[in-house]
Amino acid sequence: MESEIRKKIIGIIERDARLNAGEIAAMLGLDAEETASEIRAMEKEGIICGYHAFVNWDKTDDDKISALIELKVTPQRGNGFDRIAEKIYQYPEVESLYLMSGGYDFTVILKRATMKEIAAFVSSKLAVIDEVQSTATHIVLVRYKDHGTSFIEPRRDMRMVVTP
Amino acid sequence: MKDFICSRIKKIKPSGIRRLFDIANEIPDVISLGVGEPDFDTPWHVREEGIYALQKGRTFYTSNSGLPELREEICKNVKRKYGLYYDSNNEAVVTIGGSEAIDIALRALIDPGDEIVYPEPCFVSYQPCILLSDGVPVPIELNAETEFRLTPEKLERAITEKTKALLISYPSNPTGAIMEREDLEKIAEVVRRHDIMVISDEIYSELSYKGPHVSIANMPGMQERTILINGFSKAYAMTGWRLGYALAPAHIMEYMLKIHQFAIMSAPTVSQYAAVSALRDGDKDIEVMKESYDQRRRFLMEAFREMGLPCFEPYGAFYVFPDISEFGMSSEEFCTALLKAENVAVVPGSAFGECGDRHVRISYAYSIDTLKEAMKRLGRFVQELRERPRQ
Ligand SMILES: Cc1ncc(COP(=O)(O)O)c(C=O)c1O
Repeated sequence: MESEIRKKIIGIIERDARLNAGEIAAMLGLDAEETASEIRAMEKEGIICGYHAFVNWDKTDDDKISALIELKVTPQRGNGFDRIAEKIYQYPEVESLYLMSGGYDFTVILKRATMKEIAAFVSSKLAVIDEVQSTATHIVLVRYKDHGTSFIEPRRDMRMVVTP
Repeated sequence: MKDFICSRIKKIKPSGIRRLFDIANEIPDVISLGVGEPDFDTPWHVREEGIYALQKGRTFYTSNSGLPELREEICKNVKRKYGLYYDSNNEAVVTIGGSEAIDIALRALIDPGDEIVYPEPCFVSYQPCILLSDGVPVPIELNAETEFRLTPEKLERAITEKTKALLISYPSNPTGAIMEREDLEKIAEVVRRHDIMVISDEIYSELSYKGPHVSIANMPGMQERTILINGFSKAYAMTGWRLGYALAPAHIMEYMLKIHQFAIMSAPTVSQYAAVSALRDGDKDIEVMKESYDQRRRFLMEAFREMGLPCFEPYGAFYVFPDISEFGMSSEEFCTALLKAENVAVVPGSAFGECGDRHVRISYAYSIDTLKEAMKRLGRFVQELRERPRQ
């Protein structure tokens, strides 16, 4: 991330992707055209990778679950973890994949699915990858906070309507 | 039964804010840009400290002037940020908000008939507090031409033999105006020459968007004649904790403390413990909130430019003060009409002094989402007013 300007634009977009370039420019005291072209450039460079709605599924009647899997693997000669990572993240079932420091190697977060689907994916797709030594699957019970947003109590403005 | 109420309090007009509040409060789903307090929650580490204080049973009175460790942190903070040295033992008092500090400062200075000069538009409590001390309020009318900064000429014109003190507050509620070093130097010169005191309410000092805040106490020879007021409400989003402070030379503080001691005893203990944490670890919190306010401030200025509503650029607090005089309505009429037409509440400038009547106060202590919607509605309202045939 080269410039201060980019950092500031991202700081705003990351919190609210619906703001358009003109609005962001106004907030930062920048030129609207310049802001729009910075945003386009960051999209092209893969710095801004998408704009998504942030959903609290627990509030819907969808009863799928989220799973987080710890993977221990044997790194391959030559390309280390990257090749194994690719074998994992290519699966559409995988929501996120991180290489970790510490007691295990990868954190795999699966897209929401049923218990059956998760079990099938772990046993028939993940565990069978040659380099995978072990898996430990954790099921999310309650999501308290995600993306900096509390899921438990939506923020309510408790101030009086007019004060000095 | 005869009327027992004293004439002093009857002389004081009810707050103009109150009237608008009563109407706005009746309207469901009103979008309010009417509050004078941050929209942020008190930082969690501060709340944690408050909870811990309760858990530990720290629920007794503190010393009259406040917890020693809080007074020390206050003095350290003021030294670090504004380069001012105060002795935490006898030059500081922890009060119930800046509000109490204003009151005891005025009460410590005013003899009946003493005049207090102060710029208007200003915070709503100044005039009533002066009157409650049997002082004579002498407002100095400011306007957008000087960006609502006090000028030495205007101050000079307001001072008489009876003038005891100048009461100023920058960054300003309701205008958002600031005073920079050059402005303050000129005011300080007049103050010293006329040998009057200054009460400086710097409650918005952390919210200054054009370089660091400068205190008038920092001008040569001014600390000895300044009562400095500040607090936790605005900087740390702690309005409900009711905590502020005053700093003054020991020979003045002695008397302020006397009033505080008998009228109040001591500020809320739990709040005082929490405030220690705010001062020790709160710089980052302030930075985040300030950045956010500044973005909203620019957003509103751009929105006003687009709807052609004149507004001088304010560099402090979280208010903008656009000029609505083109519509030929009083500010109260404008606000009432806006509320009825678009369900948007803003505060009439006249609530802060008659000379504010050409303006409305719009607070940006709201999310960008809220501001966006409110500006859409305000823009529509303004457009309709302009298209409406003039009676
Ligand atoms: C200019 C000014 N001074 C003082 C206060 C009082 O604040 P508190 O008593 O919460 O510290 C306010 C609050 O709105 C204010 O705007």
